Amino acid sequence: MSKLLEVKDLKVSFNTYNGEVQAVRGVNFDLNKGETLAIVGESGSGKSVTSTTLMGLLPKPQGIIKSGQILFEGEDLVKKSVKEMQKIRGNDIAMVFQDPMSSLNPTMKVGNQIMEGLIKHQNMNRADAKKKATELLELVGIPQPDVRMNQYPHQFSGGMRQRVVIAIALACNPKLLIADEPTTALDVTIQAQILELMKKIQKETNSALIFITHDLGVVANVADRVAVMYAGKVVEVGTVDDIFYNPKHPYTWGLLGSMPTLDSAEEELYAIPGSPPDMLNPPKGDAFAPRNKFALEIDTVMEPPMFKVSDTHYAATWLLHEDAPKIEPPESVKRRMQGFSKMEGEQ
Amino acid sequence: MFRYILQRLFYMLITLFIIATVTFFMMKMLPGSPLSAEDKLSEEQKAIVLEKYGLNDPVPVQYLRYMGGLVKGDLGVSFAFDNTPVTKILMDRMGPSLQLGFQSLLIGSFIGIILGLIAAVFRNGAIDYTSTIIAVLGSSIPNFVFAGILQYVFAVRLEWFPVALWGGFEYSILPTIALMIFPMATAARFIRTEMVDVLNSNFILTARAKGISEVGVVFKHGLRNGLIPLITVIGPMAVSMMTGSMVIEQIFAIPGIGEQFVTSVTLNDYPTIMGTTLLFAFLFVVIILIIDLLYGLIDPRIRVSGGNS
Ligand SMILES: Nc1ncnc2c1ncn2[C@@H]1O[C@H](COP(=O)(O)OP(=O)(O)OP(=O)(O)O)[C@@H](O)[C@H]1O
Ligand SMILES: [Mg+2]
Repeated sequence: MSKLLEVKDLKVSFNTYNGEVQAVRGVNFDLNKGETLAIVGESGSGKSVTSTTLMGLLPKPQGIIKSGQILFEGEDLVKKSVKEMQKIRGNDIAMVFQDPMSSLNPTMKVGNQIMEGLIKHQNMNRADAKKKATELLELVGIPQPDVRMNQYPHQFSGGMRQRVVIAIALACNPKLLIADEPTTALDVTIQAQILELMKKIQKETNSALIFITHDLGVVANVADRVAVMYAGKVVEVGTVDDIFYNPKHPYTWGLLGSMPTLDSAEEELYAIPGSPPDMLNPPKGDAFAPRNKFALEIDTVMEPPMFKVSDTHYAATWLLHEDAPKIEPPESVKRRMQGFSKMEGEQ
Repeated sequence: MFRYILQRLFYMLITLFIIATVTFFMMKMLPGSPLSAEDKLSEEQKAIVLEKYGLNDPVPVQYLRYMGGLVKGDLGVSFAFDNTPVTKILMDRMGPSLQLGFQSLLIGSFIGIILGLIAAVFRNGAIDYTSTIIAVLGSSIPNFVFAGILQYVFAVRLEWFPVALWGGFEYSILPTIALMIFPMATAARFIRTEMVDVLNSNFILTARAKGISEVGVVFKHGLRNGLIPLITVIGPMAVSMMTGSMVIEQIFAIPGIGEQFVTSVTLNDYPTIMGTTLLFAFLFVVIILIIDLLYGLIDPRIRVSGGNS
């Protein structure tokens, strides 16, 4: 498989009145054509900043790329001009945002909002764009697309609006689709429908997908691989199986442990104590150490590098160092891991 | 929609009726009479005049007589201006005032929108601060100050424009500029705040994510949403233009309604004062109606609920 996207040592900061907020502090990951990567992590871990940086949509002038490369089909997006990025956005890379209620222009007909990208990138005339937009509405499962084309966003429910946002993103058959918590703002049944839809469409169009979420529950359903982010860094990356059955980073244990499952009602959830670090002054050493009961002395001094677990699986924790004590995940997390394989077996 | 407009027209009539009643009785409470300035008349002569205009009748009788005329579109005759019917006075005087009000509102809000837009797009830059200063000055300094300065500099000293009076278009330029400062400043401040909000909203991000150019983002997606709230302030602004124009018309000696209103008030010319007040009130409610309809035209969310009611 060939690489579609390679993000190398990406660092993004915001200049604020209080100082420099180091939102992304050296992120590395890659993505193959047609593959789905889930990025998970707590609120504030830099997921959205990473994705807006990929899109070239960092808020200016406060947001700056300090260093790093974003290689998309071998070309560095960081070096692209504003005009070049406009050609890529919506065409090669598209994005679905978190809040469908506010993601659509309230004073523009839904049809026009879908047609815009088609007219801009595919040189379509209005008639062709209209036809294609109607097809897209049908594709994302909106009944009576002809009628819906001429309606305004307020005439759609939340779930329907998110379908429209997806239709907009899909309009030009992007090679990469970034979905930043596309279902968080929706209620549970609608969430499942939208996820189903995204999976179906991704299969049909064979586009690669970056799926951002803080809900590990949906990850197993959607993704091929998972990147776990903490405090502006990827701390563990691997296939879904690697992350769910053989997690290595204590932070990943925490995420898995705090995830409710079907039979978790009686046992206590393994909550991660404390709160994420202040990105104005990121701690020295391993940023997760203050919240990590397995932290080693070296964690407070030196940042762990990415240790290789297998060809697909890497994690940044000193626990993987050969001299480190052998530490097993907490019992509740282990039981959880077995639970996953049981659920998997039943499916 | 048609029913909605009919309903609104009905409310308009009631509003005007109430305004007419209140103004009538308030005016009767004013000290002095139309003749208090006329020292040369003897007591008997005054009595004859008062009798002739029906001012000796009990107030309720006068009121009923006035309202009766009003229904027929008769605003009575002026005490001061040679017994001319008030409707004719208003007709003659309306032209210059409407022209001034219209010109200044249109040009003022247009320039204001552009200023506010530029300030919002380049916010916190030099352009933004300049435009904010212009806006604050423009909305805090009374327009007659500008009028005086403009008149002195451009008419008296430079002699580019006529000093006063009303002839062709060139006579309207200085008063229009003086009048338009306020709507310009208001629109600029308003649009700036509104556009900063709009440009930070999620749907703008969606538009950018489509690869639309920044110009397209600002004008196609931003401006229309930023304009909607402005419509609400334009109504009161239009009215304040009408009343604000009284002073401006005095300064430039323009034979408009404002100038005539001020004269009528000093003369206690009841029918003309009444007529002018009613005209202002009428224009006010009409503008409000137009603005509500316009609102529905620009904002689809309101169009629907308006259509249903
Ligand atoms: N415009 C900005 N100015 C300053 N700081 C910012 C800005 N945008 C994001 N940040 C900071 O960057 C860090 C990462 O934020 P980000 O939005 O990427 O988190 P996230 O992982 O997407 O969280 P969530 O799950 O809540 O969406 C946070 O500390 C946030 O405060
Ligand atoms: Mg986010």
